[in-house]
Amino acid sequence: MAIKDYLRERFFPHMWCPGCGHGTVLNTLLRAVEDLGLNKNDIVMTSGIGCSARISGYVDFHSLHTIHGRALAFATGVKLSRPELTLLVPMGDGDALAIGGNHFIHAARRNIDITAIVMNNRIYGMTGGQYSPLSGPGKKATTAPYKTIDNQFDVVELSKAAGASFVARTTTYHVQEAIEIFKKAITHKGFSVVEILTQCPTHYGRKNKEGDAVNMLEIYRDTTAKVGSKALTENPALLGRGIFVDKDTPEYCEEYEKIIQLAMREVA
Amino acid sequence: MNEQIKFIQGNEACVEGALYAGLEFFAGYPITPSTEIAELLSQLLPQKGGKFIQMEDEIASMCAIIGASLTGHKVMTATSGPGFSLKQEAIGYACMAEIPCVIVNVQRGGPSTGNPTHVSQGDVNQARWGTHGDHAIIALTASNHQDVFAITVDAFNLAETYRTPVVLLFDEVVGHMREKLVVPEKGEIAIVDRLRTSVGKGVDYHPYLPREDGRLPMSDFGGDHRYNVTGLFHDMWGFPSNDPKVVKDLLHHLVDKIETNVNIISRYKEHYLEDAEYIMISYGSSARSAIHMARHRREKGEKIGVLELQSLWPFPEAVVREKCAGAKAVIVVEMNMGQVMRQVKACVDRPETVFLANRIDGKLITPTNIKGILRVIQGRGV
Repeated sequence: MAIKDYLRERFFPHMWCPGCGHGTVLNTLLRAVEDLGLNKNDIVMTSGIGCSARISGYVDFHSLHTIHGRALAFATGVKLSRPELTLLVPMGDGDALAIGGNHFIHAARRNIDITAIVMNNRIYGMTGGQYSPLSGPGKKATTAPYKTIDNQFDVVELSKAAGASFVARTTTYHVQEAIEIFKKAITHKGFSVVEILTQCPTHYGRKNKEGDAVNMLEIYRDTTAKVGSKALTENPALLGRGIFVDKDTPEYCEEYEKIIQLAMREVA
Repeated sequence: MNEQIKFIQGNEACVEGALYAGLEFFAGYPITPSTEIAELLSQLLPQKGGKFIQMEDEIASMCAIIGASLTGHKVMTATSGPGFSLKQEAIGYACMAEIPCVIVNVQRGGPSTGNPTHVSQGDVNQARWGTHGDHAIIALTASNHQDVFAITVDAFNLAETYRTPVVLLFDEVVGHMREKLVVPEKGEIAIVDRLRTSVGKGVDYHPYLPREDGRLPMSDFGGDHRYNVTGLFHDMWGFPSNDPKVVKDLLHHLVDKIETNVNIISRYKEHYLEDAEYIMISYGSSARSAIHMARHRREKGEKIGVLELQSLWPFPEAVVREKCAGAKAVIVVEMNMGQVMRQVKACVDRPETVFLANRIDGKLITPTNIKGILRVIQGRGV
């Protein structure tokens, strides 16, 4: 199938700003789905609120655009009630880890077979550029006119600690890598987290003098390195990219199926 | 004799009703005094191949049942005051996206943490206006276990018929009291199943285009029709729109589909109402005291009766106005500061004849409490 067969062209043009990285996330994610040859009827995309969340409207899957921070809770209901479906849950950084932080760690703890995608642009874009739990200290935002003093979450470490059985990080600069990571995350049985750094030139870039979209992509190129690479070993200041966790642990829906068998045996 | 007789709590009667109605998915969070509903369903649902999940919080529970409803399942959650407050945003989502679901609120004293193990009926207005924005909602209640069972079945039926969240407003006394329940035979109470679209594969399905009768056939997530569901105002495709006409028409649809059917949705029972000069209006556990008092007074020849409401929203205005038309006085018996009384005053012909008999201290209002207030109303002193 061509990539446009996965899009709802009826709903275009999209609402993202020129230079926004979210279109690249959409592109790489759909190419992963295409490469895997998944049936569109088998995919449910659940999203919350924010620029990132609008991605669910543009894809020709079953799409559930929900309320702020709760996409994973809705997705849990969809998945547990129909485990054969493939759940994709793109979220913004504030959506996933501020208002939705509790759902994020608990979905990871359950290891329910959902692919969570944290589209990290380090800012609340839709509301006009407020700092997020992934902005980090020393940054400028419309709610931090002097500078931020909040520490940031490390999505990879947080996901690992919470129990996610697949954890990866990539960026919108590294599109081939992103496609491969999405493919592995979607195929993985269990809770998968993919953090993808995605540029917001309109708010984050402008406020923090990171230049236009091209400049911001070059920053991703220059400040990250593959896990296990010599560059990363030699320069710990670089941010690691790649797959950090990929392990087999009991998946929630499969475990619940065993509970059903147990309960039915008890009645019989 | 095939009769299945149980001696159980009201919370258990609710579970029995839900399973009878076809409940397949429950998500919840522990909270007094509703927890028995979750506990029992964690045992019974998997026995039937259904799913139970204890979520990380009240909000997540509400969200999870909406997700499960979209895959074509009958769903429910149960909570009490503080949890009901937390669920409100997602309840509004279910109103907007028109997702059938049932929310049980076994009421306790509020506001805030309030009086967790004691009875109250203080969430009547919250059931109506808890979520933001204009909307309509259905809220039902019952005073005894046979009715708890039946009204729970009704809640699922109305949720499917009108594609709406339905609130079951029980209270701590009804939830924890033990009494007899005769579980009806299969088929004895009609069950409304999910109305699914007849539109075939490959043909455009419009998830938000009502049929001529106003109903919206659904298509299960995972089925042949892929569509968008959103809490934003949306067009017939389910795609976000802020076109003024789309916004206005959708809001009218959401409110009208319930408000214009108030007479069909209204549920009530009459106790000694014929020729009654004094009418008590009550619901839930407080109705038990009102009925007890009416029975006792009738034996003494007093013309007093009870209009027991089983649907609180949409408020059964026409029923209340008609039944109270000839009354010398109407006494609303409830365990709050007059939430239903204000509704009654607003719809009867002579609001000056409407009085409140209430108790708000966490104790069940007794027949003696009501009797004392009635004496004052009747001018017989205190």
